[in-house]
Amino acid sequence: MLDGRGAIRRRAGARLWLSGGWLLLLVTVALFAPLVAPQDPLAQDLMSGRLPPFWSAQAEPGFWLGTDSLGRDVLSRVIWGARVALTVACIAGPLTALIGGALGLIAGFYRGWADRIISRLVDIWMAFPPVLFSILLIAVLGTGLTSIILAIVVIDWTRFARVVRAEAMNQGAMDYVAAAQVAGFSRLRTMTAEILPNVLPTLVALLSLEMGISVIVEAILSFVNLSLSTDAPTWGGMIAEGRTSIHQAWWVLAFPLVALFLTVLSFSQFGEGLKDRFDPVLR
Amino acid sequence: MSALLDIRNLSVALKGGPRLLRSVSLAVAAGEVRGLVGESGAGKSMIGKALLGILPRSVEVVDGQILLDGDDLLRLPPAERRRRIGQRAALIPQDPLTALNPAHRVGPQITDRLVDILRWPRARAEARALDLLAEVHIPDPGRVMKSYPHELSGGMRQRVLIASAFAAEPALIVADEPTTALDVTVQKQILRLIAEMQARHHTALLFVTHDLGVVSKVCQNLSVLYAGKVVEDTTVRDFFRAPGHPYSAALLAATPKYTDPDGSLTPVPEAVIAAVRAEVEAAETEWQHGRR
Repeated sequence: MLDGRGAIRRRAGARLWLSGGWLLLLVTVALFAPLVAPQDPLAQDLMSGRLPPFWSAQAEPGFWLGTDSLGRDVLSRVIWGARVALTVACIAGPLTALIGGALGLIAGFYRGWADRIISRLVDIWMAFPPVLFSILLIAVLGTGLTSIILAIVVIDWTRFARVVRAEAMNQGAMDYVAAAQVAGFSRLRTMTAEILPNVLPTLVALLSLEMGISVIVEAILSFVNLSLSTDAPTWGGMIAEGRTSIHQAWWVLAFPLVALFLTVLSFSQFGEGLKDRFDPVLR
Repeated sequence: MSALLDIRNLSVALKGGPRLLRSVSLAVAAGEVRGLVGESGAGKSMIGKALLGILPRSVEVVDGQILLDGDDLLRLPPAERRRRIGQRAALIPQDPLTALNPAHRVGPQITDRLVDILRWPRARAEARALDLLAEVHIPDPGRVMKSYPHELSGGMRQRVLIASAFAAEPALIVADEPTTALDVTVQKQILRLIAEMQARHHTALLFVTHDLGVVSKVCQNLSVLYAGKVVEDTTVRDFFRAPGHPYSAALLAATPKYTDPDGSLTPVPEAVIAAVRAEVEAAETEWQHGRR
């Protein structure tokens, strides 16, 4: 038993450090993008288009990861793209968790008509194809960072509502909830002080996952050109551009893709790691 | 005689469905220990839950009164009822593994209700909790207060829950099969502990169990429940000497005896079950008629 716990903790430790390390690096370069990025991400130079990355013989100093077809520095654009990706993740993720989590908690704990209304809403929401739904929303709201964030919140709250509702129902059946009721605590206090702390590990893991998903959604929307303006550096936009010249300059597509992949993976692993680490039952 | 708890003709039913408790009446005097026995599904726990206001959502009280200190709990406004129950009653739950919140330390789980509901100063509540933990024979109460429930064994948790139940000096404690989920060796200690605490604090105890052996050790009086109906209400001494109802007699005969380990088990005879069932069904039909 002790050995099992130790193994879980060690594994959680490695994954927590690796994913946390990548996210920390990303946050740092995003925060200090103007200082860190070697070039202006928007500066075009048609004469030095499609320069290969630094290890190639044709590479130019200063353009570490090469340039795209318009001669813009790929590394700088990946760094500035991280800003957009993280902004979306850090605002959309918590906002979604807050709204979906609160509705799920209420539905799962109070049951009754509140549960019926919220659950039907979730059912209706789930019937929409999410990508089309978000494109539709952006079409109505107009492009821009705020619209992307809004679209993510409006679409993804159901993810939290469903999981948190199920978890709250589980916890609600425990004897400690009955004990709190007998002691004379109000329903509201029981929900926030007894149920919520037990739902929190799940909520945190889900939040981390959702931040990764937000990054993907932002990438999808900028891939189909519904995010920021066309030349703004976003990972999705870069991937879309790189696609057209993949045979001549694979790096334009590959580097933002790798950044996207690592970021989404890190978010989900970080969440799982946190959950393993702080879940009082596992601990 | 004015009883501390007086349940009169209590009927509890599935919402829009059959009754689970059929006009149950029972009284508990101050300081009395009353056993509530019956087989699984007889409605033993349901009585405790109705009394403490923690009936499952699918179930409702359809008839009757629950008088605590002479006031009908069912007629009180919800907030007042909750306050009254919190002040006068407590629960020792069945499963110590889920009855403590895994997210909080043990100490606050005992003291919070004293501070938040009964408005005790925190220092007094903490001193009280320490005293009680010592009283239930927990070594190093200070350390246990700071522990999370998962750091304690099942028996320790049940001790904590017993301490917690006695914390506010309630007049009545409902013990809902408090030893069922425990190891056999621990069961006996816990049982002795409950009896000891009850004697020291003169708390009335409604002891829900299916174990007649437990009843004989702890209780003075008992109510036998079958299919949601009290079939016998007697003292423990009379019950073991000469059970009044055929079902009680059969139940007693069905209890395995330590003195005769090789003896075969005697099931409750079919005829007795059929007779009791007929009795209950007649009452149910009558009740349904009265309702229409």
